[in-house]
Amino acid sequence: MSNIEDKKTFWQKLKAWVDGEEILLNADKYIATRTPKEHKSWKDRFSVTYVKENRKLYAILSVGISVLFIAIMLSVVNALPEFGSPYNPSNNEVMVRYLEKGIEETGAINFVAGMILDYRAFDTFGEANVLFLAVMCVVLLLKKDGKNFSRQEEQENAEDDYFDTTEERPILQIGAKILTPLVILYGIYVVLNGHLSPGGGFSGGSIIGAGFILYASAYGKKRMQRFFTFRTFTLICAAGLLTYFACKSYSFFTGSNHVGYEISKGVPGDIISAGFILPLNICVGLIVACTMYGFYALFTKGDI
Amino acid sequence: MSTGIQIILLAFLVACALGVSFTPNLFIAVIIFMGYSSIMAVIWLFLESPDLAITEAAVGAGVDSVLFFLTLKKVHFLKGTREG
Repeated sequence: MSNIEDKKTFWQKLKAWVDGEEILLNADKYIATRTPKEHKSWKDRFSVTYVKENRKLYAILSVGISVLFIAIMLSVVNALPEFGSPYNPSNNEVMVRYLEKGIEETGAINFVAGMILDYRAFDTFGEANVLFLAVMCVVLLLKKDGKNFSRQEEQENAEDDYFDTTEERPILQIGAKILTPLVILYGIYVVLNGHLSPGGGFSGGSIIGAGFILYASAYGKKRMQRFFTFRTFTLICAAGLLTYFACKSYSFFTGSNHVGYEISKGVPGDIISAGFILPLNICVGLIVACTMYGFYALFTKGDI
Repeated sequence: MSTGIQIILLAFLVACALGVSFTPNLFIAVIIFMGYSSIMAVIWLFLESPDLAITEAAVGAGVDSVLFFLTLKKVHFLKGTREG
């Protein structure tokens, strides 16, 4: 009789078994070496560490959530009105009214500004709030203060400041020196002429923010902090939002028809006209500029 | 004439979108995305919405790309930086 260890392949083992060789008779040996199967209780199987380390679960959940979202989106697309149909909600009398009475009612030559800052001013207030909330979330996650600031990061920041002040970067610095005033001036022009020409608070604000980013990347954080610190950032954002609220929420208190109190619209086409649209544009522009630069500064240094 | 330019721009747009999706290098993908935004700004002008064109050029091509680069730097992707 041959030894079991000689029979390597499955076929040889099967043949030996069919031939009646005593493979299975010394099963005690295998039973003794076999490790007993661990019985996992329900709690072990679904404990926090088990769920956290289970990569397969993550994969299944991510696919499931994606499929769920895709299904929701597709069902919403199905429920939308047909593209280009004359009975769509976007083709109702509102559009005609905007075009025919827009200048008379809002005083703005740029209809888009008249719509978003007069007829739909409250929606724009929500948008400004969303931006403010977004930058506040970034502040929460990325701002470095005494508690989440390691010695190494402190040293790296000191090195960065040193290089910013001493390193010669002629192309970037001379380019920034020439371009930054032009960019910021153009942004201010777009904000102030929001009710007369294309543009407005959001576009102008993002142009001003881009100018700030250019200046900060060329000259470093120290130069920027001479006129823009975290304190100015929060002050401008909060003041902008509060001014917007004060300018536009009077409709809540006075009723939908403003109860006989009207701000003069001025002559359409003048720079000071169109009621509250100009100050609202300035508020939105300030908030957006601060937000854009805030994102940049928090992503690079973790501080404004 | 205008239609021809628009068709060329839209073709560029499709090419840029495909390029962003299929580029293995994320750094190059962000640069292609900047090109996408610039072309999109011109298309907004053709569609007679200059407001959107200004915003697209400032946010899409400018600020967005800077934020993407900073994110790549933060996740240790860009070579040549201290985090790289």
